[in-house]
Amino acid sequence: MKYIIAIIQPDRLDDVIAALEEEEIFLLTVSDVMGRGRQKGVAEVYRSHVERGGLLHKIKVELAVSNNKLWQAVDAITRGARTGNIGDGKIFVLDVQECLRIRTGETGVSAIA
Amino acid sequence: MASIEAGDTAWMLISTALVMLMTPGLAFFYGGLVRRKNVLSVMMQCLILIGVISLQWILLGYSLAFGPDKGGIIGDFSWALLRGVGVEPNPDYAATIPHQLFMAFQMMFAIITPALIVGAFAERMKFSAFLVFSVLWSTLVYDPMAHWVWGVGGLLREWGALDFAGGTVVHINAGMAALAAALVVGKRRGYPDISPPHNLPFAILGAALLWLGWFGFNAGSALTAGELAVSAFLNTHLAAGTAGLAWAGLEWIKSKRPTALGTISGVVAGLVAVTPASGFVSPWGAVGIGALAGLACYAAVVFLKVKVGYDDSLDAFGVHGVGGMLGALLTGLWATTTVNPGGADGLFSAGGWRLLGLQAAALAICAVYSFVLSFGLLKLVDKVMGLRVSVDSENIGLDLTQHSESAYTLVG
Repeated sequence: MKYIIAIIQPDRLDDVIAALEEEEIFLLTVSDVMGRGRQKGVAEVYRSHVERGGLLHKIKVELAVSNNKLWQAVDAITRGARTGNIGDGKIFVLDVQECLRIRTGETGVSAIA
Repeated sequence: MASIEAGDTAWMLISTALVMLMTPGLAFFYGGLVRRKNVLSVMMQCLILIGVISLQWILLGYSLAFGPDKGGIIGDFSWALLRGVGVEPNPDYAATIPHQLFMAFQMMFAIITPALIVGAFAERMKFSAFLVFSVLWSTLVYDPMAHWVWGVGGLLREWGALDFAGGTVVHINAGMAALAAALVVGKRRGYPDISPPHNLPFAILGAALLWLGWFGFNAGSALTAGELAVSAFLNTHLAAGTAGLAWAGLEWIKSKRPTALGTISGVVAGLVAVTPASGFVSPWGAVGIGALAGLACYAAVVFLKVKVGYDDSLDAFGVHGVGGMLGALLTGLWATTTVNPGGADGLFSAGGWRLLGLQAAALAICAVYSFVLSFGLLKLVDKVMGLRVSVDSENIGLDLTQHSESAYTLVG
């Protein structure tokens, strides 16, 4: 079982969700986050003054998948999030030790989807 | 010679300020209803019009709308740049207040009308194209129609069609332009799967400011601080409250829960519908108009829009167009000379069908003129500079792409 964390541009979220749905991956968690990459954020204008180095608004998408779904999920996120511009984001993949569905007590792969 | 009355002048100064407040109120109303990435863009579109149209109005708009008549169609240029518009009252319009005050009161109406249209093309129109369209629309659509209805010698004023505070000039006009805009600009990307309003408390604040401002809009249209202003004040309030209640009640019946958004939508629909009638009907007439406005606008927004499939994002047509037309017709039913001897008797006051016919004819002329010209102007601006932002800009949001600002931060 793998845990995928993707940091993407806010405007790509709809496309990422649509791409994941094409792979029949529906379970995910989304949060608003702030962050910056190698450019240390991009200048914003505040009352006509250019302010440098702000943190940028990003979306964090998190999902857990079984091993055999991993590359379908990663490909789907890439497909939805990629514009080719700086700031498209990153995908991290982590191992999952255990997964438990609270309602039924199921564990492992059967609890993941 | 006409002389200035202190009481009337005080009331009209306050009314003018109240109507001005409606445009920032509308900015909050619309701002709350859009997605968070576009809240500043719609607020900006409303606010910038206060500057743009104020200047257009003193340069030539006021003269075109209220200046000496040319064939019943339009005013001439003799009051352009406010030549001859001084503190001396103009008895043709308002005999007891300075002429400049009447001009300023009307200026606030000219400002809010194009701002109402913003609701139809919110979240996808280029700021530059919006500015060009708004100036052209005010000059070629609003100013002539204001002249027909309110200008001395204006076509519809001479006919005897009744429009106390601008149901035709402001609401039907903006509503039909909104329908044209929704059709020409096209749907938002992803419509109808659009996230819900991002800040309903903002929308409620906006509706409350509109309700407050509308006392100036309707009761101020009496142009004096007398019985007529009181009558319009009370009617405005009753129609708003009744329509909000009606909309919430319909929701309760149809979808099991009354909502805050439904209630404020009803309130605005009631305010719109009572506008042409406010100085001509009894309080019970206003209650009837409010109830029917809640019903009709609910039907337009919940059923008609979905069925026809246009994306009038914030229901500028559904509320202002439909509510305005309904109000114009209902004025033909409930108007009574016992409330306003300067008005006329409608169907329910033994006046027969005559007034209703006049109202319908005036409505039709204005609706068609507004729709056709707005449609043409939008097509023209689209050809010259493009109306819509790019797909990328629409995805990212107009706040960042049109104004380099964001409304909310998560950190700091």
